[in-house]
Amino acid sequence: MASAATYTPIATYTVPSATASYTFSSIPGTYTDLVLVANVQGTTGGNGTTVQFNGDTSGNYSYTLVDGNGSSATSARATGQTNIQSGLVDNVSWGTQIIQIMNYSNTTTYKTVLGRGNDTLQLRATVGLWRATAAITSVTVLAAPNAYNFIAGSTFTLYGILAA
Amino acid sequence: MIIPGIFASGISGHLSTNNFTSIQTVTVGSGGSSAISFSSIPQTYTHLQLRVTGRTATASTSDSFLVTFNGDTGSSSYTNHQLYGNGSSAGANAFGGNPTSSMNLGQIAAASATSGMFGVAVIDILDYASVNKNKTVRSLTGVDLNGSGEVDLRSGSWLNNTTGITSINIVSYSASNFSQYTNFSLYGVK
Repeated sequence: MASAATYTPIATYTVPSATASYTFSSIPGTYTDLVLVANVQGTTGGNGTTVQFNGDTSGNYSYTLVDGNGSSATSARATGQTNIQSGLVDNVSWGTQIIQIMNYSNTTTYKTVLGRGNDTLQLRATVGLWRATAAITSVTVLAAPNAYNFIAGSTFTLYGILAA
Repeated sequence: MIIPGIFASGISGHLSTNNFTSIQTVTVGSGGSSAISFSSIPQTYTHLQLRVTGRTATASTSDSFLVTFNGDTGSSSYTNHQLYGNGSSAGANAFGGNPTSSMNLGQIAAASATSGMFGVAVIDILDYASVNKNKTVRSLTGVDLNGSGEVDLRSGSWLNNTTGITSINIVSYSASNFSQYTNFSLYGVK
């Protein structure tokens, strides 16, 4: 079996002052998967984080999610969206979001992502679909769906994983 | 070293990239494939991660896949559970009762789904080379089909505490072929 080292930090960003979004652009197409790691806090509570690809703001996104809040679990779905709701944010403490963007550079299939996130109140798992065959060259993380900002000190790191 | 996807809350800085190693990738060609196998897995890592983008040829919108280790298909060799969300409700169950003969670890698309739609999974196989512990596996998996689908947290264990995992075999739940562009990539984590 051949083996090769892989799991490369592509870029990292620390929010200097409250901001509503951050975009990783000019992402090289040389990896197999991308992993986006965010450690964020919001200016308001009860919010989410969402991702958007290649600046596509049309309704090409859908997602299915499951949430658990310590006493119950719920699931929801949305179609025709302008982004994929992938994580959770509150304004009490730091929440972690890890988003797996699978097979991002292929130009044959739609792109499916897995998200796992939590804030101080609940946790979330998401599967999301971007109905486009274009390779992903930019990823925007948005403080959405409700308008708010990521506070200073929030961090976003993008990794590339290369398969043998 | 902290690997995103394994210990999420411990992210603190950059990875040492030599500690996450690509072992092998299987990509299904135009003819499809009835099974995916990894053999002669080196025992030199601490954990394994299996990353999947998948679709099968069964006449349905979705399918799943079954995983066994070292050719063990004994009827009492594995346990398997999931927490699921299907867009309208959330629940939990065990696959096929427990113990069982394989682990259902991934939800993927199938032939009746729109062309181009695939399901995905990220599966962590912890302490796979141990000869003292049963092997524990966890999976984050899902398929979204623009109006249907589900996202799941799945777990499994191989009730073998004397043998390291040297091979992995994967078949679809429906016994159909995996479709073109399906890929399974195996990584070693030090």
